[in-house]
Amino acid sequence: MVLRFTPSGIYCPAGDFHIDPWRPVNRALITHGHADHARHGHARYLATDIAAPVMRHRLGAIKLDTLCYGEERRIGGATVSFHPAGHIPGSAQIRVEVKGEVWVVSGDYKTAPDSLSTPFEPVRCHSFITECTFGLPVFTWPTETEAAQEINDWWAANASAGRFSLLGAYSLGKAQRILSLLDPSIAQILTHGAVEQTNNVLRAQGYDMPPTLHVTPDLKPADHPGALVLAPPAALGSTWARRFRPASTGFASGWMRLRGVRRRRSVDRGFVMSDHADWDGLNAAISDTGAENVYTTHGYTDIFASWLKDQGYNARAVPTEFTGESEEDSIL
Amino acid sequence: MKRFTDLYTTIDQTTKTTVKVDALTEYFRAAPEADRLWTIALFSGRRPRRAITTTKLREWAAEQAGIPLWLFEESYGIVGDLAETIALVLPPATQDHDAPLTDWIEQMRALDDADDDTRKSAILGAWDQMTPRERLVFNKLLTGGFRVGVSRKLMTRALARATHRDEAELAHRLMGDWTPDTTTFTDLIEAPDDAAALSRPYPFCLAYGLDETPPEELGHPGDWCAEWKWDGIRGQLITRGGAHFVWSRGEELMTDRFPELAVARDLLPPGTVIDGEIVAWTGTAPLPFNDLQKRIGRKTVPKTLLKRAPVIVLGYDLLEDGGEDIRARPFAERRARLDALMQGLPENAPLRLSPLIAFKTWDDLRQHRATAREQRAEGLMLKRADSPYHAGRKKGDWWKWKLDPLTIDAVMIYAQQGHGRRANLFTDFTFAVWSGNDLVPFTKAYSGLTDTEFRQITAWVRKNTQQRFGPVRQVTPEHVFEIAFEGIHESPRHKSGVALRFPRMKRWRHDKPVQEANTLDDLRAILAQYG
Repeated sequence: MVLRFTPSGIYCPAGDFHIDPWRPVNRALITHGHADHARHGHARYLATDIAAPVMRHRLGAIKLDTLCYGEERRIGGATVSFHPAGHIPGSAQIRVEVKGEVWVVSGDYKTAPDSLSTPFEPVRCHSFITECTFGLPVFTWPTETEAAQEINDWWAANASAGRFSLLGAYSLGKAQRILSLLDPSIAQILTHGAVEQTNNVLRAQGYDMPPTLHVTPDLKPADHPGALVLAPPAALGSTWARRFRPASTGFASGWMRLRGVRRRRSVDRGFVMSDHADWDGLNAAISDTGAENVYTTHGYTDIFASWLKDQGYNARAVPTEFTGESEEDSIL
Repeated sequence: MKRFTDLYTTIDQTTKTTVKVDALTEYFRAAPEADRLWTIALFSGRRPRRAITTTKLREWAAEQAGIPLWLFEESYGIVGDLAETIALVLPPATQDHDAPLTDWIEQMRALDDADDDTRKSAILGAWDQMTPRERLVFNKLLTGGFRVGVSRKLMTRALARATHRDEAELAHRLMGDWTPDTTTFTDLIEAPDDAAALSRPYPFCLAYGLDETPPEELGHPGDWCAEWKWDGIRGQLITRGGAHFVWSRGEELMTDRFPELAVARDLLPPGTVIDGEIVAWTGTAPLPFNDLQKRIGRKTVPKTLLKRAPVIVLGYDLLEDGGEDIRARPFAERRARLDALMQGLPENAPLRLSPLIAFKTWDDLRQHRATAREQRAEGLMLKRADSPYHAGRKKGDWWKWKLDPLTIDAVMIYAQQGHGRRANLFTDFTFAVWSGNDLVPFTKAYSGLTDTEFRQITAWVRKNTQQRFGPVRQVTPEHVFEIAFEGIHESPRHKSGVALRFPRMKRWRHDKPVQEANTLDDLRAILAQYG
């Protein structure tokens, strides 16, 4: 087998490296900078050039080598390359070829384009290890334009009613994607420190985002009536958020598609927006790889694997003990 | 339908009472009259009958979505709501509509006599005109599962605001067994109506739990009356105009279920309304709730059951005396009038006073409370002697002081993901007690932990799954939980031989090693004592 599932993560015997391992290893290939994929403690890292600044920001002084999308690298008996996954800026699928047999590890991916990350590209392979966080037919996403419209309408209505708009979104990826969709003519955009730090890293890389104001202790909310405040989900119910009153709260996530989850978060508004592929996206992506063997990880793996078997694939779920937890899972 | 869907969505998306009431008020001002009437009906639990079996709906939705039925079922298991699952899997609508709520309900009800093909094309046609949110509401009406997060009280308040009428009077008008077929908005809300008034119960006065608050904080014991909180069905027994009516707290007319109460017509003067507890009775004490439950499900009760579990009403309160509404009078006075009314009833009458408990100090009362289980009561009710009979739940005058639940420390052995509000969290657990070196499962529990604890245990379950049986995961027996429950009885159907009433997780015993969890013998000892 080109790749194997081990207690440390996905392992390539021919090249003696791991992909997104969750225990410290000698050489780690990293699909993207989210904390559940890019972990501390590996001796050497390899990632895309675009993902590198965020990884350095999050992991500090690491020994990190980079590749551009599509660039090939020989590691032992394996040839590896990184391909756009459309999840967040710099996110990649990792292609591994050993003696003509090609495997692709999807990492987290999203097939619909957004305004920030390099659009997803299907990669032909024999075996595809795919995430399926939202691998159920109930998960389908509205278009980027519809989502933007819904958020801006909500913000504008709040602003005209004299309310703040407190919007929760993961500080790497989702927050910047939302930023790029906001209409800055409505009012000021304020950011939580965790979001602003990531903004600065991505701005320095040349990503274009509307101007934001970092919420510091001396900031007076009253100076920014109707502002939209972008913060990590955990900050929404905290004392930090209490200075913005009155406020309407919102949360942007694929989980907001489910009424029950929306109610559990007890926010005023749930916006259906995910950095993961929806049901149609997953199915299209898998079909485009031309793969015969499909391994499902993260999410509804058993159900999705059964569905793929029905569709004629040789599919199986990667056992839980060989998968970490996705950020969207753990945040709930 | 769009206006109603917006209302439903607004209420569903907020936790703020003011937002809900405002949205309802606005709706009652603007919606067509027929829609208003249906909305009052739906919001007070008067749902239309299920028009189509859910089996058919599932098949049609899966077919329309191009997915196999098993995948639909798996999705349903995770979404946790059939109406929502259908709404989400269907392809986007290709048409639009502007029909009001009442039209859709009428169309739906017209399908009652139709054949399957007609039904199918009508339903598929409806789905194809609706947004996912409209579909959710429509499906909930179709399946008879429409519920909404607004208490009747709030609905009544909004209606009072929109119609400029008195809230308490409206609350009373909305009681009883009307449906949108038997009345109109004008008749229900505005017109004088003597016929409907005959059977109409009063809104029940409800109490909050005292929970951890010591009764000392309620003030002087002399200001309070105490009685047993019986474990039966809270109800109102009404005699008016030569007829009698029995209403449950859920506002179900249960007159026919309890034929032994018909003698009330002869025993009580017309114009009497008693608030009491319907219990199965041995002659001296209530039978366990289990025995009463066997009767509740039946429309007609067989003779043997009537004999084995005869019911009586244990009277708590008098709401109407000689045709006069006396709810505003102090409890002590109402209670004295109830006493007078019940004086001289024959010994075998299915009507008895629920006795008041005499006490001088709160400690006296504490001792009484400790004996509640022997009385087959759930605890005590505390009522302020000068309190009126409120409509609905109001803090301050009435309190439930329930017994502490029974508890046992048990080991978690299986976990399953929740659904609905708790999809993607592990929330459904199976617990076991020791029998020698074996763990014997004895109960499931779903509630009692905080969201944070559910997240913690979910992360742990993911990493400590030993084996999977479909959706159920066997986990490493490592965590001990204190399981609280209200009652216990023998059950040959369960491996452990017992079944619990209302089990829930009271505490996660991080401090307790798994070996120190309770044993099957401990459980049997509780059964012997309280079963």
